[in-house]
Amino acid sequence: MSVAILRQGEYLIASVQSDLTDREVVDVRDELSRRVGAERIRGIVIDVSVLDVIDSFVARALRAVAATAALRGAETVVAGIRPQVAIAMVHFQLDLAPLRSALDLDEALALLDALASGGGGHGG
Amino acid sequence: MSEGARDTANVAGDVQGERQLLRELVAYLRNRREPLREEWARRITSEELLGVMTAEEVFDEVTAVYENYVDALETGSFEALQAYARNLSERIVPRGVETDEVLGVVLLLRDVLARALFEEYQGNPSKLNAILDAYEPAANRIAVTVSVSFVQERERVIRQQQESIRELSTPVLQVRDRLLILPIIGVLDSQRARQLTEQLLHAIQTSRAQVVVIDVTGVATIDVTVANHLVQTVEAARLMGANAIMTGLSSEIAQTLVDLDVDLGVMRTVGDLQGGLEEAERLIASWPGAPPTRDAEGTPAE
Repeated sequence: MSVAILRQGEYLIASVQSDLTDREVVDVRDELSRRVGAERIRGIVIDVSVLDVIDSFVARALRAVAATAALRGAETVVAGIRPQVAIAMVHFQLDLAPLRSALDLDEALALLDALASGGGGHGG
Repeated sequence: MSEGARDTANVAGDVQGERQLLRELVAYLRNRREPLREEWARRITSEELLGVMTAEEVFDEVTAVYENYVDALETGSFEALQAYARNLSERIVPRGVETDEVLGVVLLLRDVLARALFEEYQGNPSKLNAILDAYEPAANRIAVTVSVSFVQERERVIRQQQESIRELSTPVLQVRDRLLILPIIGVLDSQRARQLTEQLLHAIQTSRAQVVVIDVTGVATIDVTVANHLVQTVEAARLMGANAIMTGLSSEIAQTLVDLDVDLGVMRTVGDLQGGLEEAERLIASWPGAPPTRDAEGTPAE
């Protein structure tokens, strides 16, 4: 399995370890959406920092994970998109919206905390 | 008519005769150099060419070019003239002499010399014909040599300037923790836009920026390609978790963008850099996502 899914409190961290086959993308999507319901998860971080390429298939799968998770009450954040990957993605007009992105895992967890504490984070 | 045709045929066939004619021509032009040079300079002034140069300068150049011109006619070798033309171009291009002026000046010399030849040989049409046959091709080549040297020099200057513009790298500046500004100045072409995007994204990664203020006050014009590049830059920054704020869009650029129907929906825009920085501070303050501030999360924001 090239994606490790770890649980950290109310969050799931899906850490991508190597390039994904189409089959694996589908498996991860299913696994995440199953566990969001089963484990009362409030946030998912998908760490893609090892990926050299994010193609339209992966982008669509990420959006699908987010949409599914959102329906079941969890926010999804993609973490660790590299500069070159980001450039390639905008070049090929791949959009992750409405998915949120964060620089790395730390940032992603902080973002989920902020969202959990009331969206804009006006409270403490 | 038949006589003229035979003469022409004779001359065309007779290389020796042509050389002889050319020698005669060169001797004639050398003899009459003073009045012809003056006539040329007078015509240049009356046609208001080379307006950026003083009368003395024009006269000095006229003298030098005339000598080189006649030498080139005599020897059939254009290297000296070419070198001189290049040197001349180096001096006059930075002063803003235009291509049409140089072409005008060169063609004026042709005109002045041709008129002089007409006058000299008008009593002898077949001789005139032969002289012109020898003169015209050489004169054309000289005119081309001088004009091309000038254009090449201009192009060299343009290339050099493009190079230096490209080398003027766009700095990505860190204003405070997690806040970068990217002031864009000058012309933004595709290559520079790509370079700029890369620089910005790497800076976002290394400085862990949350907000980037892109200031385009120094950008004079914008077109569809550049606008789309900016949109892509903003989107790429967002993919890396950073918010981009665009500032300093002039009213012309704003109108252009609206007219071009560029989708700027992803962009957050603020009037000027100061407003952009204030907006950035607000964004950072209201977003307790950063690890350093995470510890202090319990503190109420007010």
